[in-house]
Amino acid sequence: MSTTATSPVQGESQPDKGRRPAVSTKPVTWKLPVTLSVLATIAFIFFGLLGPQANAKFGVSSGGDFFQLPAIDVPAFLSGMVLSLILLGLAGYALVLKAKKNVRPPSWLPAVFTVVFVVAFLIWVVGGARTPSISLAGLIAGSVTLAVPIVFGSLSGVLCERAGVVNIAIESQLLGGAFTAALVASLTHNPYLGLLAAAVAGALVSMVLALFSIKYVVNQIIVGVVLNVLVSGLTGFLFTTVMQSDPEKYNSPAELPIIDIPVLSGIPVIGPILFKQSVVGYLMYVAVIVIWVALFKTKWGLRVRAVGEHPQAADTLGINVNATRFWNVTLGGAVAGIGGSFFTLVAIDSFTKEISGGRGFIALAAMILGRWNPIGAFFAALLFGFADNLQSIVTIIGTPVPSQFMAMLPYVVTVFAVAGLVGRSRPPAADGIPYIKG
Amino acid sequence: MSENTEPRPAAAPDPDRLPAAQATAVEPEPLEDDEAFVTSLDTAGGAHQPSAVPVSTQSGSLPGAPEEESLLRKIFTGNGIVTILAVLLALILGGLLIAMTDKVVGTTAGYLFARPTDFLTAVWSAATGSYVALFQGAVFNPRGAGVAGQFAPLMETLTIATPLITAGLGVALAFRAGLFNIGAQGQIIMAGILASWVGFALHLPVGLHLLLVLVAGVIGGAVWGGIVGVLKARTGAHEVIVTIMFNYIALYFLRDLLDTDLFQRPGADTPISPIVDPSAAYPLIFGSQYRLHLGFLLAIAATVFVWWLLNRSTLGFEFRAIGANPKAALTAGINVSRATILVMTIAGGLAGLAGVAQVAGTEKVLTDGVAATYGFDAITVALLGRSSPWGTFAAGVLFGAFRAGAVQMQIQTGTPIDIVLVVQSLIVLFIAAPPLVRAIFGLNPRKKKAATAGKTKQAATTGGAA
Repeated sequence: MSTTATSPVQGESQPDKGRRPAVSTKPVTWKLPVTLSVLATIAFIFFGLLGPQANAKFGVSSGGDFFQLPAIDVPAFLSGMVLSLILLGLAGYALVLKAKKNVRPPSWLPAVFTVVFVVAFLIWVVGGARTPSISLAGLIAGSVTLAVPIVFGSLSGVLCERAGVVNIAIESQLLGGAFTAALVASLTHNPYLGLLAAAVAGALVSMVLALFSIKYVVNQIIVGVVLNVLVSGLTGFLFTTVMQSDPEKYNSPAELPIIDIPVLSGIPVIGPILFKQSVVGYLMYVAVIVIWVALFKTKWGLRVRAVGEHPQAADTLGINVNATRFWNVTLGGAVAGIGGSFFTLVAIDSFTKEISGGRGFIALAAMILGRWNPIGAFFAALLFGFADNLQSIVTIIGTPVPSQFMAMLPYVVTVFAVAGLVGRSRPPAADGIPYIKG
Repeated sequence: MSENTEPRPAAAPDPDRLPAAQATAVEPEPLEDDEAFVTSLDTAGGAHQPSAVPVSTQSGSLPGAPEEESLLRKIFTGNGIVTILAVLLALILGGLLIAMTDKVVGTTAGYLFARPTDFLTAVWSAATGSYVALFQGAVFNPRGAGVAGQFAPLMETLTIATPLITAGLGVALAFRAGLFNIGAQGQIIMAGILASWVGFALHLPVGLHLLLVLVAGVIGGAVWGGIVGVLKARTGAHEVIVTIMFNYIALYFLRDLLDTDLFQRPGADTPISPIVDPSAAYPLIFGSQYRLHLGFLLAIAATVFVWWLLNRSTLGFEFRAIGANPKAALTAGINVSRATILVMTIAGGLAGLAGVAQVAGTEKVLTDGVAATYGFDAITVALLGRSSPWGTFAAGVLFGAFRAGAVQMQIQTGTPIDIVLVVQSLIVLFIAAPPLVRAIFGLNPRKKKAATAGKTKQAATTGGAA
């Protein structure tokens, strides 16, 4: 989490440095230590005391790797105990910090806590299953795959909201991108043109958001909600009337190939994630880094953030607030559109109604959990992809955990995050407030 | 503490500064800034109030303003005309979409320049054919068997409108208090869970059983909405995010429950609950020939209740006050936290009524599609109804008609139901941006005034923001 500390706007993770008086003078609350303690206690009871006795087996290598690692075999009960004791220790440390010194726990603590909790949870789930063995490599690779559209969607959210426009319409941008990619790639037999068309479609959807919220000053949340309905209706209508009239011609897009970088893709676990992706997958990594650098290391980014935090000040310094917002929202739409193309050009080889299936809203959640930071949003999206993937895996290996509960988890975590129970997520100050030049 | 997590108050422009600032901005280029002026008037609330909901969606009189002035202002800004034109425009665009994908239109377009009339006739018949079928499926079917059969579509419209109205009222009420209740979907689901369980698991005498179903459903929705209110009031968590997340949590909770012995119908493979007892179902108003049930009368009662609450009660005044300006409301001694929690609870309860209408009225069972898309449609209903109780009622009936008619339209003309979503969302979009509609129809009444009377504008601005 060192990345968040370097950004000037993400000041809330740093305790009293005097940079943000509004935040630093605020009393440190008991919320985070108490939440961590409750979670650690739950982990201790379920993963530790009531943990399964079997061994959990994690396959690390996949068939294509250039060297094979042995599968990791961990005793579920013992590791559950050890990990939950670590969690209790971390929670205790946070409690002590609050009680003795009255300071917020360091920003790495929630992150480490989350990772340890997830590992303990995973061992508990696998250890208690009928067949206590899963492929770790497959689990992680699958998580990344499922996270791709979420990452693009959350990046769109970051671009819009950093400039001060609330983007509830991520879902519609993904859906528009998915539809257009399928249509264009089918007609032209060229997946790259489909990818390009998806970006254009996402940008067009976003332009409607920008036009109505900036020029006509309609409430941004209203436009977002309505756009989701509009695009859902429009793609559903065209799917039924156009695509289903001749699926061969209109809805059999050429797929984007998986580009396998030799040697590197053979590295166990990280090889398939980093070096065996489709163009969209590689673009995801590029987009995360480029947008992070652009937002936090360039003049352009400083201006965008100024527009999102204090438009009056930005305007005074000669920045065209509404133009900046308009183009940022448009750019965000293009990014989300590319994410939408992942559904039809990579994951599934045709378009169906509502193919985005609410991932735009998960992307919104990822953006918030990631604290309006591209890299934070990326990891939050990975966490959601992980939960999504684990949900399908637990139903296969047969665990006592209801899969619906797993599916629910990301949303519960997001509610905790916005309620400030696990760290505080604070939007840009002028997010959602239209700017009327005065 | 909640102040810090709340994004709006910190950077809201100074309300005192705005009218004057706008006036100066208008002077140099009257024609150019005219449009900006209109928009600033229409959504002045969104611009310089911490409220999340613009004034344009909070119709009805502002706190303390006499009724006549509000009516005058409405006519002045042409909201009524804009609403009609917005509906018309959306229908035209929808018709064009239908025509564009019509096969006959496609073939006649091939020889467009040889015989353009063929093409235009095809466009006209494609669009109107669908809309006529829509009307016949929603209001009056001349080919129905007897008078009863001819009015069957209207009854169906009212049946479908029932959950739309009550859920829409929930969304509208929260709007008036400046809160975006996107969570009607989740509130309907939670209400459906509780109401259906009381309906099929308990076996009680007639009357008492239905009453208990009703109470259980309303409590289910109210609690689910109330939690959002508590989170908003206590931690400042943004209600839009929380309600969206709560929708998903409720859906997965429902799916999980339908997998358990407690809820799954014995012997069923699909996730479906047992049928609710006859004593737990709403009685049908006009006998078994129509599906219209008691829930519709309750929807009317709920509309009256919300009207009374907003316009005649102290609590409603507090709601409107925090909707108009939470800071001013706080200064005036209104307990904003309490009002926020209460308004979300009541809004959830109203959405809960829609859940009861589903399980005790039309569906009689609980499935994971219990809420259909009523919760999301409720948002557009409330927006179209401009968040006034009777406006929401009318919008609910209109969208109910769209839904009922769309089924018939798809059967008769093959036009997909999705067109209704397009038309609905276009209507709301256009209504939210009156300047756009006026510009499209070439009637911008302010254009003439702009050159001559700058002073009246300034007066109107302050009047609009008062």
